[in-house]
Amino acid sequence: MFEIVCKERLNPTVSRMEIKAPRVAVKAKAGQFIILRVDSNGERIPLTIAGTDPEKGTVEIIFQVVGATTARLERKRVGETLADFVGPLGRPTELTGLKNVCVIGGGVGCAIALPIVKALRTQEAHVTAIAGFRDASLVILEQEFRSFSDIFVPMSDDGSWGRKGIVTDALLERIDDGERFDCVFAIGPLAMMKAVSERTRSFGIKTICSMNPIMIDGTGMCGGCRVMVDGKMRFACVDGPDFDGHLIDFDSAMMRNAMYRSWERKKYGEECNLFKETLHD
Amino acid sequence: MIDNSPTRHPMPTRDAKERCRDFDEVTLGYDEETAVAEARRCLSCRNPSCVRGCPVGIDIPGFLKKVSERKFDEAYSIIALSSSLPAVCGRVCPQERQCEGNCVRSRIPILKEGKPCGHMEPVAIGRLERFVADFHRLQGKEEKKRIVPNGIKVAVVGSGPSGLACAGDLAQKGYDVTVFEALHVAGGVLMYGIPEFRLPKKIVEYEIEGLKKLGVKIVTDVVIGQTLSIDELMQEEGFKACFIGTGAGLPRFMGIPGEDSNGVYSANEFLTRINLMKAYLPESETPIFHPRKVAVVGGGNVAMDACRAARRLGADVYCVYRRGREELPARKEEIEHAEEEGVGFRFLTNPIAILSDRGEDRQSNPDFGRVIGIRCQRMCLGKPDSSGRRRPEPVPESEFTLDVDCVIMALGTTPNPLIRSTTPGIETDARGCFVIDERTNETTKPHVYAGGDVVTGAATVILAMGAGKKAAKAIDEYFNNK
Repeated sequence: MFEIVCKERLNPTVSRMEIKAPRVAVKAKAGQFIILRVDSNGERIPLTIAGTDPEKGTVEIIFQVVGATTARLERKRVGETLADFVGPLGRPTELTGLKNVCVIGGGVGCAIALPIVKALRTQEAHVTAIAGFRDASLVILEQEFRSFSDIFVPMSDDGSWGRKGIVTDALLERIDDGERFDCVFAIGPLAMMKAVSERTRSFGIKTICSMNPIMIDGTGMCGGCRVMVDGKMRFACVDGPDFDGHLIDFDSAMMRNAMYRSWERKKYGEECNLFKETLHD
Repeated sequence: MIDNSPTRHPMPTRDAKERCRDFDEVTLGYDEETAVAEARRCLSCRNPSCVRGCPVGIDIPGFLKKVSERKFDEAYSIIALSSSLPAVCGRVCPQERQCEGNCVRSRIPILKEGKPCGHMEPVAIGRLERFVADFHRLQGKEEKKRIVPNGIKVAVVGSGPSGLACAGDLAQKGYDVTVFEALHVAGGVLMYGIPEFRLPKKIVEYEIEGLKKLGVKIVTDVVIGQTLSIDELMQEEGFKACFIGTGAGLPRFMGIPGEDSNGVYSANEFLTRINLMKAYLPESETPIFHPRKVAVVGGGNVAMDACRAARRLGADVYCVYRRGREELPARKEEIEHAEEEGVGFRFLTNPIAILSDRGEDRQSNPDFGRVIGIRCQRMCLGKPDSSGRRRPEPVPESEFTLDVDCVIMALGTTPNPLIRSTTPGIETDARGCFVIDERTNETTKPHVYAGGDVVTGAATVILAMGAGKKAAKAIDEYFNNK
C-alpha cells in the first residue's frame, strides 16, 4: 500500500498528489511514468511522473479527472493509500548535450513538461517554455514555469491568460525571431503534439513527444500501448514513452486512445457527469 | 491387480453449453474410486518410458502404485520429489507429447475377433497427477519440515512457474528468499495468462501461500531492471545469488496493415484483462470489448485460451491457423474443449490485413477505427521447414474476408528486454534469450541464474518449473562447496 502524503487541487479537474514510494522516488527521471491502481478492483493506469523528493521518498503525480479511475483517485484523501504504485517505467527523456531547447506543454501535459524544464535547467541549457491552456481557470504550475525557464510564454485559447492563441503560434514566432532550437519537446493532447510536430518538420528541428497510450502492465507484456512510429510498431512502455514527433502516426494514436470511450460512457455515464465535459481531447 | 481395460476412465467434464457461459473450471477431476481404477491400468514397466517422457523425470509408476493402493499422501510425496506444481502441471502439461505419449499401453493393439483394431489408450497420468495434488491440497496431511535458516539471501525475479519452483526449493534448504514481481499479484503466467476455467486461481494462490509459510517473501509492484537493477540487488541489498525467471512476455504481431485498429488485441492483453483484471466481472473497472465475432490468430494453447475466453464473453469465435489440424501445437484436450464449445476452426488460412471502420468523421463516429473484418488468404502445405513441419504457402487468388469485430493475435512471445538492457555482463542470443551454463543454469554473470521462457523462449510450465528446480540445486551446491 502506498500512502498519499499530500494532495492539492490545481484547477477544477486537475489535482496534484505526493505518494510515498521510496524505491520509485530514488530512481525516477524526467519523462518516466508509473502505473497505479487505486484499490483492489481498480484498473491499472499509467501516469507520467511530475516530480520526486528522494529524501522524503515521495513521488509527485498530477492528473486530470478523465474517467472512472481518475475520478476515484481524486476522491482519495491525505493519509489514505493506493493499492499499487509501480515504477519508474519507460525510458527517461534523453537530454544529453542539449543547449537551446523549447519545451511546450498543453493543458495537464504541463505537469510532465515541467520536470524536463527543470532537468534542462540543471544542465544549464537555455530553456524557452511555452504553456497553453484553454482559459485562465485551467492554468497550473505558472510560478514554477516562470522560475525555471529563461523565457516563458503563456498562451490561452481565449486570451484570458497570457496571450490569446495556441502554442504553435508562439513557437513559430520564436523561430521567426531567429531562435535556433536544438530540440523541441511537446507534451500535451495528441492534437497539439501533432500540430507542433508538423510545424517543426519544415524547419528540420528535432521534436520529441511524450505518448500516453492505454496500457496494462507497463513492462512490455500486453502490447496495448503500441504506437506506430516510422511505420513500425513500437511499445510506449519499453521503447518510449518519448518518440520522434516527426515519425509518430498521430491519427492512429488518437484513434487508439478513444478505444474504450463508449465503453466507459456506457458503464459510468450515469455515475459521473464530469465525463461529458472532460472526455474530449 | 492390473485393470486391463483398453480405454482410460473418462474425467467428468461440465457440459459445453453450460460451461461456456461462465469462467468456472471445465474439467472436474477423478474421484477416489476412478483414480484407483485408472492407476491400476499401469503395467509397472521395469524400464518405464513414461518417466523418460517427463521433462522433470517424475517417478510415475511409483506414484501410480501408491494411488492404486489408496496411499494418496505417499503418492504426493513421490511427485513432490520432482515437481513443485503438480496441481498445475496435471492440468496444463501436454501429456500426450510427454509421459502419456510414451506409455507402453498405447502400443498394445486392441484385438477384435482376433484382428488388430487400433491401440489401447495410455494411462491417464496427467489426470492422476491432478487427482493426487488436489487430494493433497484439500485433505492431505501437512508435513511439517524443520527448516534451518542459513541466512543466505537469494533474490528470485519473477513469480511464474520457474521462480516459484526455485524459491520453494531454496526456502526448504534454509535460504532467505525474496521473490520480486512486477505486477500487483504473484503467479506470473499462471495468473495473467492461463484462464480460470483451465486453472483455477485458488490453486495458484494455494501454492504461493505455501511458499510464504516456508518463509519466502513476496514483493509485488517492483520491476527489476527499472525499480531496482540486478547489480543493486547483489551489491546494495545483500543478495548473494539471483534467479531470473521473467518469462517471455513480449507479444508478437504479424506486421500486417490495420493491426493498430481498435479491437485488435495481443492474446497477452486480452487474457490479462480477463484473467488478471477480471474484466468480465461487473465490479471490475478494467474495460474490455464484448465482441460479436472474434478471429483468434494462432494454434497454440494461448490461442485456445483466447478462443474459449472470447466464447465466454458471448462471441462467435473463429480460430484462424495457417497450417492444418495435424499441425496445431495446442494440447489435444484444449482443442477438443474448444471445438465442443463451438469454436470454428479455419485451417490453412492466413490473415493478410485487418479491415477497420475509418470512413466517417472521427468525432461523430464512436466506432471510428473499430475492426470490421479480417482479410485472409488460403494456404496449402509445401515442403517441411526448419521446424520439421510442412511450410504453409499461399494459394493464389484465394483471398476472402471473415466478418469479425475483434482480432486476437496469439502468435507467441519473445523475452522481455528490461533486464538484459539494464544488466551489464548478461549475454543473450539472437532471439534475446539468456545464455546459460546447461549444467547449472548460471548466466554469463556470476551468481546470476536464469530459467524458464527467458532462456528457452516460449515453452511449457513444466519445463520452466524444472529449470527453477535445477537452478535452486545449483545455487545450493555452490554455497555448500564454497
